[in-house]
Amino acid sequence: MSLSAKEKATVTDFFQKVASRSEEIGTEALSRMLVVYPQTKSYFAHWKDTSPGSAPVRKHGITIMNGVYEAVGKIDDITGGLLTLSELHAFMLRVDPVNFKILTHCILVVLCMLFPEEFTPQIHVAVDKFMALLALALSEKYR
Amino acid sequence: MVEWTEFERSTIADIFSKLNYDVAGSNALARCLVVYPWTQRYFGKFGNLYNAAAIMGNPMVAAHGTVVLHGLDKAVKNMDDIKATYAELSVLHSEKLHVDPDNFKLLADCLTIVVASQMGSAFTPQVQAALQKFLAVVVSSLGRQYH
Repeated sequence: MSLSAKEKATVTDFFQKVASRSEEIGTEALSRMLVVYPQTKSYFAHWKDTSPGSAPVRKHGITIMNGVYEAVGKIDDITGGLLTLSELHAFMLRVDPVNFKILTHCILVVLCMLFPEEFTPQIHVAVDKFMALLALALSEKYR
Repeated sequence: MVEWTEFERSTIADIFSKLNYDVAGSNALARCLVVYPWTQRYFGKFGNLYNAAAIMGNPMVAAHGTVVLHGLDKAVKNMDDIKATYAELSVLHSEKLHVDPDNFKLLADCLTIVVASQMGSAFTPQVQAALQKFLAVVVSSLGRQYH
């Protein structure tokens, strides 16, 4: 399931359009993930506050969106482009890859919530595929 | 038996009382067919599903989306025994329609996204959690009679 040229353009355009609200997207998606899937809090036991919109959640939401935008910039070779991030997740963070799907779902929910007109089904499928490739790239170095 | 908090009960009742079944149902099903194209395998008789525009404008998809969403009414009215409520529908999906139960989850995800777009900021994380828990119970109940 790779991205066609058209889908790459769709994804790039869409993320450019929503770039000004990327902090909001990241915070919302992460906040939701921690509430809707409480098992994900296990990775953040070192945070004082995992409640929606808290300071550590906002800060980390920005970090995550930076990663997403890095992948958008390297959309022609996501796996190659994200090798360092993959090493980070594989050897240091050791996040179970099942959680990538969970966070992706939350990002999609937030995108549709914040951009109901723009987030058409056509854009939805392209972004979903892109996020799946992103997750795959992050899992590259796991084993 | 599934335990529901007061918040969860009232949230689910609230969401479904305010839902436009025609719009949400057709949008959710159409979105499912676009985003997960392999789900089209169950709709061979629905005519033109060749591209996203065709799917979004297909009247049979729209009509069926409404049917599916109204199917959720039973669960909303019987939250304390969704499993028994859906026993018959589960048999139908398994024995007659031969639907892979994984598809129930895909449609549930699309419905969550459509409800989010309709509710905007009112779709808080807590509301999302309640809806996803409800849909997970529905999905599980629909898959129960498969063997």
